[in-house]
Amino acid sequence: MLEFRKDLFANERDDNLNEVGKPTQRQDMAGHVTGRTPFFDDHRLDGMLHLKCVRSPHHSARIRSIDVSAAERSPGVRRILRGADVPVNLNTLLSLLAFGEDDEPSLATDQVRYKGEPVVAIIADSEREAWEAVSKVRVAYDPLPAVFDVEEALKPGAPSVNPVYTRNTFTYHDKYDHVKLRFGDVERAFQEADFVLEERYQMSPIEQAPIETNGAIAAPEVNDRYIVYTCAQGLFFSLDTTAKILDLPSNKLHFIGGTVGGGFGGKVDSLCEPLAVLGAMLTGRPVRYVLNRIEEMQVSAPRGAERHYIKDGVMRDGRIIARKMTVYFDCGAYTRLTSYGALKCVAHLPGPYTIPNVSADAYCVFTNRIPATAMRGFGVTGVDFAIECQMDKLAHLIGMDPMEFRIVNAYRDGDVKAHREHASNTALVECVQVAAEKASWPLSDAARAQSSLTGGGGERAIIPDTRLDDGGVRPAGWRPEGTLPPGTRAPSRPQVTPQPSAPRPPPIAAPQPTPASPPPAQEQVPAPAAPQTPTPPPAQSQPQSQPRYARTRFSTVFGTRRR
Amino acid sequence: MPKTPVQFRINGTDKAVFADGGQSLLDVIRREVGDTAPKYGCGQGTCGACMVLIDGEPHLSCILLAEMADGRSIETASNLDQGGQIHPLQDAFMTHFAAQCGFCTPGMLMAAKALLDKVPNPTREQVIDAISDNLCRCTGYEPIINAILDAAQNPSRRSA
Ligand code: FES
Ligand code: FES
Repeated sequence: MLEFRKDLFANERDDNLNEVGKPTQRQDMAGHVTGRTPFFDDHRLDGMLHLKCVRSPHHSARIRSIDVSAAERSPGVRRILRGADVPVNLNTLLSLLAFGEDDEPSLATDQVRYKGEPVVAIIADSEREAWEAVSKVRVAYDPLPAVFDVEEALKPGAPSVNPVYTRNTFTYHDKYDHVKLRFGDVERAFQEADFVLEERYQMSPIEQAPIETNGAIAAPEVNDRYIVYTCAQGLFFSLDTTAKILDLPSNKLHFIGGTVGGGFGGKVDSLCEPLAVLGAMLTGRPVRYVLNRIEEMQVSAPRGAERHYIKDGVMRDGRIIARKMTVYFDCGAYTRLTSYGALKCVAHLPGPYTIPNVSADAYCVFTNRIPATAMRGFGVTGVDFAIECQMDKLAHLIGMDPMEFRIVNAYRDGDVKAHREHASNTALVECVQVAAEKASWPLSDAARAQSSLTGGGGERAIIPDTRLDDGGVRPAGWRPEGTLPPGTRAPSRPQVTPQPSAPRPPPIAAPQPTPASPPPAQEQVPAPAAPQTPTPPPAQSQPQSQPRYARTRFSTVFGTRRR
Repeated sequence: MPKTPVQFRINGTDKAVFADGGQSLLDVIRREVGDTAPKYGCGQGTCGACMVLIDGEPHLSCILLAEMADGRSIETASNLDQGGQIHPLQDAFMTHFAAQCGFCTPGMLMAAKALLDKVPNPTREQVIDAISDNLCRCTGYEPIINAILDAAQNPSRRSA
């Protein structure tokens, strides 16, 4: 059962809420324990056909020819799909948000770019007959050089993986080959640091491995519509992707889902739905396309591999004064969601710590590995693994207790982090204290007396002069156009008074900062829908000074809007 | 393709089906019998989502040929609740939040039932051992273990 620590977070939750904070039975639990929850594959439709794919055995190869004549004569085969049968045979998932270029075919036509890429789809009366016909398709390949390592892929002369991104890097804002974060002046701070430590970390790809494999069943419905049973994690995302690939108005599709046998990010890619619907369109019969376990593990997208270089400048008293990171996300052969993961990574850096000088470069790199996608905090969890390993090493280096070291550097309410936003509802100090208590780990009295509510703000809320790569300087207080100055959000806790009573000395900001100047009025936009004061019951509701939801600002998150 | 007649009793009802050569018992239960409680998770005997009881013993139906069930008595998770009354194990799974996505649950319940039918008051180790053929990707197993122990230890739940 969850433990709500009102002693630590007295203002976190209104006590007069009816549901939030109280245990409640899930509405689908009775179905789960009686085995009656209808998962997508529990639907059996009359005359249902089965779809299976011929997949590339090569990591990279040119397709010389595809011969399906023997497969066509194979018993039970009803239809064979080729790339030319797919109305819009090039897509990228986030094109629905105008982020990224269409770069991935549903069925490969001229070239394959990862092992397991689908080339031909067979639709047959039974799964077994579909597999038999798969084995009779003859594809002639000319193998090409492949690249599997993110740093190798960035070297001059490396094989170009994806023709849409020829330099093997995703393109941000129509021109940048990586995401850049600059805050303060790390190089100067490294010179002032007592110690500098640089390390390299490597994360492997991680398969989501849901117990229910990916799949969909599509069938012709009345009025020229198609009904689709699916385990897609984003049902309408999948519907719109299918509509785009099949060039159908979305009201021709009737998606039924929401019952997902485990997803963990692995069921957002919408690879099964378009081919299943296309099969239903071309055969007039229900078509079931379900990955088996081998396909789920080997060709459905994992969280990609990540490589992190972290260089930190630390003082003898425990303060980290500079953190510089270079992060390479292995995107695989096509963009699914890794491009977005790199953005999340940079927004998260330098982790839950207040560090006055931060610099980061994050690359989303194409390789001939399986395309990577969402998976449980992708873009952040892997980075945190690296950062926390680094924190232990730093503590060891300066001879400090690793728990206390984290408390010293923890961000606190009122701080401004490298993303140039005010931190609020911070809780790292308390997390470390509770973890230490539960592990019977001795903490000093001073560390135990710390609180996220005190010691933040003040000098720690100042956006420093920021050194740019071209030698220029962004003046203190600079923030990207169209963003709010820190502190303009309604705080959800009593505002922290700028300390001097903090037991911890404020970190030294290398350049002498001047107070943040508020940006011009026309740059102020409504606050993003985030920390609001808890909404009071209607009877006492106050007129809201800010709209509840921010208007969408794709410019800062996703680059230029294209539609 | 030649078919083999197979007869068995499933959840108290006699059934006769024609199985394809090489067709798994899981496939026959889901497609021919129409009981979709047992799930396909791997088809290779590694996840336990397809677990059913055959003459009271837990079996992975995805790697059993349908013919092997001939003359046997099969029980699936859809038979646990009787006459509108849920089984103590189901009740305990509900209160302990022992199912999240619910996909492993029918298999887990059969593993647990096989245990409790033989060992009414198992130790924690025996419970862990009993569900060690069953993978769950959501719960982290603790709620499942606690639910099974609770169903075994809580007499009021047992008479539910
Ligand atoms: S489906 Fe039978 S063990 Fe996984
Ligand atoms: S509840 Fe999802 S796999 Fe167990």
